Amino acid sequence: MNELVTPRAHTADEPRAARKGLRVLAVEALGPLTVLGGIVWAFAQPYRVTFFYPDGKGFWDWAVQPPLLVVLVGLLFAFLVAPGLIEDLDRTSGESGDAASG
Amino acid sequence: MLPRAEVAHWLFAAGFLFFGLVLLAEAIVGPAVFRRRAWRACLWPSLALLAGMWLWVITIFSTFSTLHLVAHSLWAQAATAAGAVQLAVVRGRLHSSYWSLVTSGALLVTGAAFLVHEQNGWLFARSAFLHHLIGWTLVVSALFPLGAAFRPRRSIWAWGFAATWVAVAVMLFADRDVAPIFGHLSDLAGGPP
Repeated sequence: MNELVTPRAHTADEPRAARKGLRVLAVEALGPLTVLGGIVWAFAQPYRVTFFYPDGKGFWDWAVQPPLLVVLVGLLFAFLVAPGLIEDLDRTSGESGDAASG
Repeated sequence: MLPRAEVAHWLFAAGFLFFGLVLLAEAIVGPAVFRRRAWRACLWPSLALLAGMWLWVITIFSTFSTLHLVAHSLWAQAATAAGAVQLAVVRGRLHSSYWSLVTSGALLVTGAAFLVHEQNGWLFARSAFLHHLIGWTLVVSALFPLGAAFRPRRSIWAWGFAATWVAVAVMLFADRDVAPIFGHLSDLAGGPP
């Protein structure tokens, strides 16, 4: 076999691996992008963050600050949902790779 | 000590944003990978059930008009029904893809309730504008689970359903009790004199 010839298994695996890579990247990016969205919003509309304008604010203003809620949702997704999903994506592609080669 | 309406809407917006991210993740990796862990498979039906329960709480406290009372209780019933049916689907108790029609119906009823219970025009105030916009968004989004019922293999339905909840979250985050929309605010909207 020379460098111009690749095994058929390799050529079939390459697009699958690229697709998997894109999926992993997309799942990994969802949380950080959401956090970034919340931070950009906090700077764009600082009056919606009670920490920046604390005068005369009540309990609910401190408890519920929309841009910080967005950051919190992004963090929850990034730490609770995304890691297990990426692990399962790796495991599934490993299993299908084993099945294809076996 | 009760929160203002806008605060309740922002809390729901946060819940819907998380819901939307979970659904987006499912659309990206596909249902086979997503449902490998039982807790993840049950996540969105459970969130829908939870939203239904919270909507019942909101129904109890939002008694300032009969229309709001009826609308909130309709949403609560729709979310509870959709969540319960989807929970049965992911647990393998129900098998037919046509059960997705329950979700479609729930979205249609919810969207219609939004549109019917908003008595003011689009540019009355921001909250009125958002009621119309969210209502029509939900009515149109009923097409996604409808499509999933008849063509379950096409991934576009999952993407559309996920995008709907992210969009609804953005709209709810934009809500204020009294605020203008595109420079318009009716004198009757309850703003400062």
